[in-house]
Amino acid sequence: MKATLHRREVVRTLLAERGELLVVSGLGSTSWDCTAAGDSPLTFPLWGAMGVAAMTGLGLALAQPRRRVLVITGDGEMLMGLTSLATIGVQRPRNLALAVIDNERYGETGMQATHTAHGVDLAAIARGCGFDAAQVVWRESGLKAACRRLRAGAGPVLVQIKVVPEKLPLALPPREGALLKARFRRALLGAAMDSA
Amino acid sequence: MAALDWPQQVHRALKEAGVRLVAYVPDAGHKRLIELCHADAAMRAVTLATEEEGIGLAAGAWLGGARSALLMQSSGVGNCINALGMVRECRFPLVMLVTLRGEFGEFNPWQVPMGQATPAVLEAMGVVVQKVAAANEVAPTLAAAARLAFDSYAAVAILVSQRVIGIKSFHEQAAQ
Repeated sequence: MKATLHRREVVRTLLAERGELLVVSGLGSTSWDCTAAGDSPLTFPLWGAMGVAAMTGLGLALAQPRRRVLVITGDGEMLMGLTSLATIGVQRPRNLALAVIDNERYGETGMQATHTAHGVDLAAIARGCGFDAAQVVWRESGLKAACRRLRAGAGPVLVQIKVVPEKLPLALPPREGALLKARFRRALLGAAMDSA
Repeated sequence: MAALDWPQQVHRALKEAGVRLVAYVPDAGHKRLIELCHADAAMRAVTLATEEEGIGLAAGAWLGGARSALLMQSSGVGNCINALGMVRECRFPLVMLVTLRGEFGEFNPWQVPMGQATPAVLEAMGVVVQKVAAANEVAPTLAAAARLAFDSYAAVAILVSQRVIGIKSFHEQAAQ
């Protein structure tokens, strides 16, 4: 099957009317996608530490069990953190969802093929790790229902969304890690936590 | 004389420091502390498949306002190196309690390279390293490390010597 969806539109759909949603984005294109959809202090974009986006989402989900946590990451980043799927499957956080924006490429390094280009099925791996709701979406027709599951379905949820491999203009969030951390905590916990 | 119950003291120190999330890849030296954390209804003990998962978990927990601690063996420190870059760049607080292998009377030669490199690797990534060689020093060092981490935004690793763990042979380890 050939991908038809475009990543920027997919991420814009995932983040539409985000309300109280907490977001962690994986390094590279998914962080640019999130920024293109509208920079927010309640998005923590990773610029490095490839492979830990899902676990950063788990830590946040366990700390904030009443808030929905959505991790938006790429296929390459998720492949590097595959063991996290097992750990998350065991913890079963109800409020955690993972959206893997899968262009089957390492987008920042020359568009080399990732394992998903050769048939590795991240949704099947997630199901094998104990995710009840894990699926691959190829078409616009499946996106709306998948988006609802990601935003409100009982977690842990994983949706692998196949997108067209394309190079897009950069949309950069703030670069400094300490700033990204501090603004996230302020927006979530309030300024009083700065000196708690 | 009964051996000092340092894992129980550490468990108490973790609670007093407000830690409610403890993540680990098991080590024989952490066996009792892991059991105490799992038995504590006020604590969430998370088993990791590999140690670098714990760095992400600790960062995410802090973003959400929760204090955590990581337990691992020295071999696991090597797995954390790149992820520790995030801790440094973002100034995330981090408390790691690392049981050393390959350090004092080791019986498995494969443990020696990473065990010996552990302090240098952590320091190279900006982690404050505090070594403990006596059982009665582990809990007070942890309490101080928690203050350094959560009040001063430092990443701190406490390295617990094999003198404290006291594993002497494959047979004794297997019998634990």
